[in-house]
Amino acid sequence: MKKDIILAGVGGQGILSIAATIGTAALSKGLFLKQAEVHGMSQRGGDVQSNLRISDREIASDLIPMGKADMIISVEPMESLRYLPMLSPNGWLITNIKPYINIRNYPEMDKLMAEIESQPRHIAMDADEIARQMGSPKSANMVILGAASPFLDIDYESLQNAIRTIFRKKGDEIVQVNLDALQAGRDFAMSKMN
Amino acid sequence: MQKLLLLGDEAIAQGAIDAGMSGIYAYPGTPSTEITEYVMHSKEAKSGKVVASWGANEKTAMEAALGMSYAGKRAMVCMKHVGLNVAADAFVNSAITGANGGLIVVAADDPSMHSSQNEQDSRFYGKFALIPILEPGNQQEAYDMVHYGFELSEKYRIPVLMRITTRLAHSRSGVARREVREQNEIKLPENLKQFILLPANARRQYKGLLNSQAAYILESEKSPYNVLLDHSDKKMGLIACGLAYNYLIENFDDHKVPHPVLRIGQYPLPEKQIRDLYETCDSLLILEDGYPLVEELIRGFMNNGKPVKGRLDGTIPRDGELNPNIIARALGLPDEHGRDIPAIVSSRPPSLCKGCPHIYSYNALNEALLTAGKGRVFSDIGCYTLGALEPFDAINSCVDMGASITMAKGAADAGLVPAVAVIGDSTFTHSGMTGLLDAVISKSPITVIILDNATTAMTGGQDSSALGKIEDIVAALGVEKDHIRILNPLQKHHEENLAVMKEELAYQGVSVVIPRRECIQTVTRRMRETKKQQLTEKSEA
Ligand SMILES: Cc1ncc(C[n+]2csc(CCOP(=O)(O)OP(=O)(O)O)c2C)c(N)n1
Ligand code: SF4
Repeated sequence: MKKDIILAGVGGQGILSIAATIGTAALSKGLFLKQAEVHGMSQRGGDVQSNLRISDREIASDLIPMGKADMIISVEPMESLRYLPMLSPNGWLITNIKPYINIRNYPEMDKLMAEIESQPRHIAMDADEIARQMGSPKSANMVILGAASPFLDIDYESLQNAIRTIFRKKGDEIVQVNLDALQAGRDFAMSKMN
Repeated sequence: MQKLLLLGDEAIAQGAIDAGMSGIYAYPGTPSTEITEYVMHSKEAKSGKVVASWGANEKTAMEAALGMSYAGKRAMVCMKHVGLNVAADAFVNSAITGANGGLIVVAADDPSMHSSQNEQDSRFYGKFALIPILEPGNQQEAYDMVHYGFELSEKYRIPVLMRITTRLAHSRSGVARREVREQNEIKLPENLKQFILLPANARRQYKGLLNSQAAYILESEKSPYNVLLDHSDKKMGLIACGLAYNYLIENFDDHKVPHPVLRIGQYPLPEKQIRDLYETCDSLLILEDGYPLVEELIRGFMNNGKPVKGRLDGTIPRDGELNPNIIARALGLPDEHGRDIPAIVSSRPPSLCKGCPHIYSYNALNEALLTAGKGRVFSDIGCYTLGALEPFDAINSCVDMGASITMAKGAADAGLVPAVAVIGDSTFTHSGMTGLLDAVISKSPITVIILDNATTAMTGGQDSSALGKIEDIVAALGVEKDHIRILNPLQKHHEENLAVMKEELAYQGVSVVIPRRECIQTVTRRMRETKKQQLTEKSEA
């Protein structure tokens, strides 16, 4: 088993919370893991990405080779496209479609959507809206992770347990909110696949 | 014991704690910052009373570590690559004094300049100082090499340089710990003249250092971190330093490379293995993340031996970080990639946070300079360097920490008046104070704007040595009281702030303007921490 994942977003959007959840789940399964993060530059608003690699055998490179990523998980639609050269031809593009507009020349939404939809395997959702409807606007990232969960090759229960481990300190309520967000994202992805 | 999931930086920190380190000194700098932060937050380090502190700059940190080594205890000093330039005087001379307690200098290089002004390769510093260098290839080695490095340092009484790069520093992987070693007791150097570099002593010490070189090479030859892996296809032999080895084997199924490979993790280079490889192969390909240090050595000036390929002949690009694809191309393997980036994707540079105090300082400064015109603002390194970008376009230089004040002085001396320096509070105590003294002494007509956001924001909000002291320092350096002006950088104070800047720009001497308001990120973090504390107190009650 091998999953090479590019996590993408804008600085301050918290892509590392997704990485931490997948990472915790992978470790609980005894898998190998490497995760190259972005640090430094405290300011917000620039593009950020992280390379997350999981495998049942030892991993060599901290960086995913180009064209070999199994999945791009993005919390922002334009950022999801920035890493297409990394994605393998039959890889999945899983992205939020809620734009983060902090530049003047942000592309038009319909062109952006057309690019995302031209990707043969993709799941695109307004995770912010889904999270908001559930009354937990801060859990959009877990919605996105939920949407990626059917393609991760890590059983769903392990992801749920990872959320319990990570959010335990914040109380039962927060744990449940995040579990619900995960499920909502997963349901969305499943409905698109059928 | 279960493996810990650690960043390369954290693996070094945990390794140092477990290897009986008594003190770690540093000045923050990406990608080295997390080493010291990890020790600062470690309960084990706290219970072992390990000293962990930020110095005013890398030189003070290096010297403090040397002092701890003098006293017989194990010490570490950490910095980003350009920090070694600042610490260079102490660093190079520490090779002559030698160490007493184990001393490891960690320099974190940044090939591809992810967050730096250059991509200098610290291995050259190690070679220049004539000391052993360790270059870990993964997180586990980073951990293990700290133990090994302290042993090596104490065996030869010599500082050891550990060179890492951004990719290792900021990538996580599982790390197995070893048994914890006790810290050293205080023990003075056997020879109390060891650290006195008066010429007569220094010559003796230097000869000793030169005499040790053969032993360092021998150590490299038997090091577990320099391994020659023999494989059948001898048309080419490979030398892969540090992380380059991982990128190399990534290109082969089951990680099996058909050619002989010499993995390098310790310097000076192991002469025997290099010679063996050279003699048995028709050509060599050198893979190193950084400058072509090994390649230059092996190829030599005349380049009249077997073909040696790498960054110098263009097989590998001359600059930038390595990755698996670059090595695939160098080996003539298929270089795949996915779809091109669609043309509609635009670049998204980082920007100052919403509400950042620097925004209002730049708005006032830009307006104050409207009549004098553009091209007069020397700046420095920190969040405020983003003043170079849209919508501010407010600064004209960013060279090295502290250079704003001294460059403004030079330009003013040349007749460029008004000349302005813009510097952060932490950068000011790092390297700005001495330059300000120069300007005061020569009465140069410059306006220095010290942006006091009460933290070292750029690197994640470490404490700033200048906290609460800036105007006292400035006054003590001789700036006249009437020309030390404190502002509150907020939109609602724009008109007042503008007026003050205009007055000080008109003054024909040294004036200092201090816009003061805390960084938004540290305010938010503090509020979050207070809330968390209240929550735990409530649950404990
Ligand atoms: C010699 C050297 N050491 C460290 C760094 C890393 N570094 C860049 S900016 C900075 C500090 C900035 O703090 P401050 O001057 O207070 O500005 P702020 O980011 O808070 O606006 C540091 C430590 C560097 N570039 N060069
Ligand atoms: S981190 Fe602080 S100093 Fe840096 S841009 Fe944000 S608010 Fe400004």
